[in-house]
Amino acid sequence: MTRRWEILVVDDEEVMRESMAAWLREDGYRVDTAASGQEAIAKAREKNYTICFIDLKMPPGMDGIETLVEVRKIRPEAAIIIITAYATVDTAITAMKEGAQEYLVKPCNPAEISLLIQRILKVKNLQRENVLLRKKLSKKYEFQDIISKNPRMHQIFELIRQIANLRSTVLIQGESGTGKEMIARAIHHSGDRGSGPFVPVSCAALAETLLESELFGHERGAFTGAVSRKKGKFELAEGGTIFLDEIGDISPKLQLDLLRVLQDHRFFRVGGTEEIHVDVRVIAATKRDLQEAVRAEQFRDDLYYRLNVINIHIPPLRERREDIPLLVRHFIETVSLESGKEVSDITEGALRLLMDHGWPGNVRELENAVERAIVTCKKRILSEEDFDFLTLESPPRTSWKVPTHLPLHEVERQVIEATLREKGGNVTEAAEVLGIDRSTIYDRIKRHDIQR
Amino acid sequence: VGAIDLLIVGPVEDDVVEFLDGFLRRTFGYETRRMASLPNPDFARDPRRAQYDSTRILREALNQASVDAIQVLAVTGVDLFIPMLSFVYGQAQLKGRGALLSLARLRQEFYGLPPDRPLLYSRAAKEALHELGHSFGLVHCPVPSCAMSLSSNILQIDAKNSEYCPGCNALVVETLTTVRVRAALPQHEEDRP
Repeated sequence: MTRRWEILVVDDEEVMRESMAAWLREDGYRVDTAASGQEAIAKAREKNYTICFIDLKMPPGMDGIETLVEVRKIRPEAAIIIITAYATVDTAITAMKEGAQEYLVKPCNPAEISLLIQRILKVKNLQRENVLLRKKLSKKYEFQDIISKNPRMHQIFELIRQIANLRSTVLIQGESGTGKEMIARAIHHSGDRGSGPFVPVSCAALAETLLESELFGHERGAFTGAVSRKKGKFELAEGGTIFLDEIGDISPKLQLDLLRVLQDHRFFRVGGTEEIHVDVRVIAATKRDLQEAVRAEQFRDDLYYRLNVINIHIPPLRERREDIPLLVRHFIETVSLESGKEVSDITEGALRLLMDHGWPGNVRELENAVERAIVTCKKRILSEEDFDFLTLESPPRTSWKVPTHLPLHEVERQVIEATLREKGGNVTEAAEVLGIDRSTIYDRIKRHDIQR
Repeated sequence: VGAIDLLIVGPVEDDVVEFLDGFLRRTFGYETRRMASLPNPDFARDPRRAQYDSTRILREALNQASVDAIQVLAVTGVDLFIPMLSFVYGQAQLKGRGALLSLARLRQEFYGLPPDRPLLYSRAAKEALHELGHSFGLVHCPVPSCAMSLSSNILQIDAKNSEYCPGCNALVVETLTTVRVRAALPQHEEDRP
């Protein structure tokens, strides 16, 4: 028998309340009593009761049904058993409609009440077990704080383990909000550089000259405002990792400077003459299609090849929808802890709504949505109406727009390339999805010079 | 050092009292003191239910017990109830000083069967252990043969043994040892400010 369950007995009649409580205590439960609906509500706010026995007939102002409604608002998971001296169908129906789990007519047989409690606790035990298993599962799906059960993400985790101790440059590609920096941090922390610094730089946030000084540092008087010598991010990342976010947005001059650093691990501070040597691993990330940018001559091909020694492509959230429930539960746990709001779960309906959403902003957008819902939620469980803002704000979901400005062979190339990427380079699976046989897809891969 | 007070409430046959007296002495190793019997507990009778309010009788029994009693076991022949339940075999103060036991539903006659004295003794012994176990602080035990397992009907009582399971027994022994140590200290020294 489990001894941790908390029970609340609500009855205005002292003898009834206390004898019932004593009887339940003999059965090993922790029992509190309340003499009125108001007291019951106050106690329910303080403690998470598993079962509440509420007497139907209590003084006007707050009778049993009203107490039941209020307690359920505070503790929707608590099983409520209504007790009454008179069995009438009407009151039984009303109690059940308001969410009472059981209805007892007093006096009842001791066996009846024991069986009733055991039945409720059996369900509660299963629910508790379910929560524990869910937690265990989420641990199984966790790698360095990244949560996923998607096979492609697990391939990425495996790749990270393999390359963590190398010095090779990594290029991470993926849409906004897919967690490129988290992957970069995971690589850094999984390897022997983990104890060294991890220095992130957003290349899109700064103007060309500022970025140059930010990356390489400057000597005193190198430019107006350079009142003292300053170390750049490369120097600060000595012995660790520099993470260059939005690498696709840097100017041609900086592309050349970066190429030199990647080739020689040496550079000059802005305005400096002394060559600085660094031991830094470079991880770059972009949401742009860099190959396309190389083709359009917006990005140096030699820098692209230097960066793309190890390539990681993070799939967008819409292509790994199976991760949404795991992520949502993880965010509920962390956000409710940080915000101090007691939100513990989400309804099936709300989860379905989130699974069907497009998530153009990916995991970051999902996290923001859960946070916003928790902040405005008035109950302990998130429901569909808490996510109303999603349907109000988001434009209708368009999965794919037919291109009308491309030659047919280019469309074919892009479709095959995307399908291969989606299938993790598996030609057989890609061919199956495209409805062509393997020899045809091999022929097209060769013809379009598609890299797998 | 110390004794268990045995208090009879209303008419109860002498041989049953005699049996319980011996059983308690043998089981707990304490002297028993037979208190002056109380009359039939009419003050606790509910005419609508034709039963007696267990809580009120237990309260009265505790008022009658001597100050130095380790435990008080009140035994009555009347049928007991608490408001929520249709009947109870007995009631105890959890981790307290008193327990009450009813013989009414332990008799074969209650079920329309011929009297069976040895069976009544055996049932009374089990339920006395059960209620006293509560007053020693024990809760219901999941071992079906243990005297502390919950019985909601007479068949469940018959399925139990008139002894505690090893786990419950260890708890009772520990409680009694504490009681003995406390009783041996002159004037309950540890309670002094």
